[in-house]
Amino acid sequence: MKVLRDSWLMFKSQFNVSRRNPVWLFIGMFQPICYLLLFAPLLKNLVGMPGFPRGGAYNIFTPGLMVMMAIFGVGFAGFGIIGRLRSGFIERMRVTPVSRLAMILGTLGVDICLFLVQLVLLVGVGLLLGFRPDPGGLALLALLLILSGMAMACFSYALALLFKDESGLAASINLVVLPLLLLSGTMLPLSFAPETLRNIAKANPFAYAVDASRALVAGNPGDSSVVKAFVILGVLAIITTFWATRSMRQAAM
Amino acid sequence: MDTLSQLPATTVATNGAVPQPQKGKALIKTQGLTRTFKSRKGTVEAVRGVDLEVRQGEIFGFLGPNGAGKTTTMRILTTLMPASGGTATVCGFDLRRDLGKVRRQIGYVSQSGGAEPAETGRENLLLQGRIYGMNSKEARQRAAELIARLDMDAFADRLVKTYSGGQKRRLDVALGIMHRPELLFLDEPTTGLDPQSRARIWDEVRALHAQGMTIFLTTHYMDEADGLCNRLAIIDHGQIVSQGSPETLKQEIAGDIISLGLDTQSDAVARVTGQLRDRPFVREIQPTAEGLQLYVSQGETVLPEVLRTLDADHIAIRTVTLARPTLDDVFLRRTGRSLRESNGNA
Repeated sequence: MKVLRDSWLMFKSQFNVSRRNPVWLFIGMFQPICYLLLFAPLLKNLVGMPGFPRGGAYNIFTPGLMVMMAIFGVGFAGFGIIGRLRSGFIERMRVTPVSRLAMILGTLGVDICLFLVQLVLLVGVGLLLGFRPDPGGLALLALLLILSGMAMACFSYALALLFKDESGLAASINLVVLPLLLLSGTMLPLSFAPETLRNIAKANPFAYAVDASRALVAGNPGDSSVVKAFVILGVLAIITTFWATRSMRQAAM
Repeated sequence: MDTLSQLPATTVATNGAVPQPQKGKALIKTQGLTRTFKSRKGTVEAVRGVDLEVRQGEIFGFLGPNGAGKTTTMRILTTLMPASGGTATVCGFDLRRDLGKVRRQIGYVSQSGGAEPAETGRENLLLQGRIYGMNSKEARQRAAELIARLDMDAFADRLVKTYSGGQKRRLDVALGIMHRPELLFLDEPTTGLDPQSRARIWDEVRALHAQGMTIFLTTHYMDEADGLCNRLAIIDHGQIVSQGSPETLKQEIAGDIISLGLDTQSDAVARVTGQLRDRPFVREIQPTAEGLQLYVSQGETVLPEVLRTLDADHIAIRTVTLARPTLDDVFLRRTGRSLRESNGNA
């Protein structure tokens, strides 16, 4: 099928680019590892307090960090698109019959692979510190995180194609990412939050991802939060992929 | 010709018995092409009713100052941007309905080129070939062929970001012709290149033309339009001001130009004008900063007569030059501005 073939070609090209500039892999890693080493220990004293979810500090905090990586790390994926707009690569591709969906999917594939490598490293560090996830739950969580990463990456691509320059993209992503993160319950569980904040958080798709991630790590795949998160993030991933593809179709420098 | 043009177009196109005109079929045909951009200050008409015809086997030059609408027209023709109005067919396909078919037939080399800097030249070529449906063996063969032909062996396997301007341009051209397009678009192919690299690109364009490729290029260099193109269109403020072969266009400038350097403080300019205005060989007289320019037919023959006439009237002539018209004179005459000045101001 043409879309698959084209996606594979675009994937290989983007992979060459990322492989030759691996610094992004580590920039994306830096923040979550810092949180794991420098912030998670603070939570230890909160375990057992009223409102704190059951489970160890690392079992509560690590899944949240994984969602945070989907928001923060992948959120800046659009910078790759800006680079390719600048070099004229995207314009060159748009004169060819290459599938526009494939242009998005190829790049997305590489960004998701990078994200998965980062997740593996994060889980490795977490295990050393005392993170004890349910294995089956962790596998399902990986799927949920891929959907979250897709949604965030495509959102970032679409903004990149809209603004076409680094400063516009950085400003708009930062504007979105910080509230998404704070209202997701990654840092502290939303069960600590006042009711107004909790209500606002209901509009944040990543809050559902964080809830589900904790349930999955604890070995409760049947929890209602899990189904909700898969549906919400799945739909979001599809919508943002189409949005990014549509922007790619119309992209003009 | 008249009888042929009166035939219904469909008869010509579908009936194999009708002989094809010698000039080749039209690969680009536009009628009343327009493009407007909306900005905060209002609408800008970048292209205002362009009618073009480019036939198979031509090197067609699109000449105009920066901002004249060259690149916008080219972006419409290469499917990057929809037109606001008018019709256009490229390689026989309608630009509104058959974008995919047009894309398969054309190659495009933009000003920025568009090679991926973090890949090698060869990797870029392979991707380009595969996108047009080649399998990896075909793509490898074709890439090797182009690398040899464009003398890129020394750097084809280095990352593109290490290339010099001339090397990069060669790769850009190779990318544009990787899939052997019927029609190649080149957007300002030699802008910013050193003279050697320019000559090299010109040679390559001529070689492609010799192999039967039709080439549409934009330029703001007159020597490029003059020396390289069979036919050209001059565009200014979004409209075609003149179209034809470089020779035909230059012939519009009534023959040759005699420039006379005169004492502009005295009445010499007025007296020369009075003396020569009604001579049959003088088509036009234009004052310049140094004196006068006479547009005459057959400059070599009439120059002695001009000098004799002025000498008899004791008019002091400081300098005399006889020149063939250049495309810049064509541009000046059509737009009232020099192309060089227009580019300088842009």
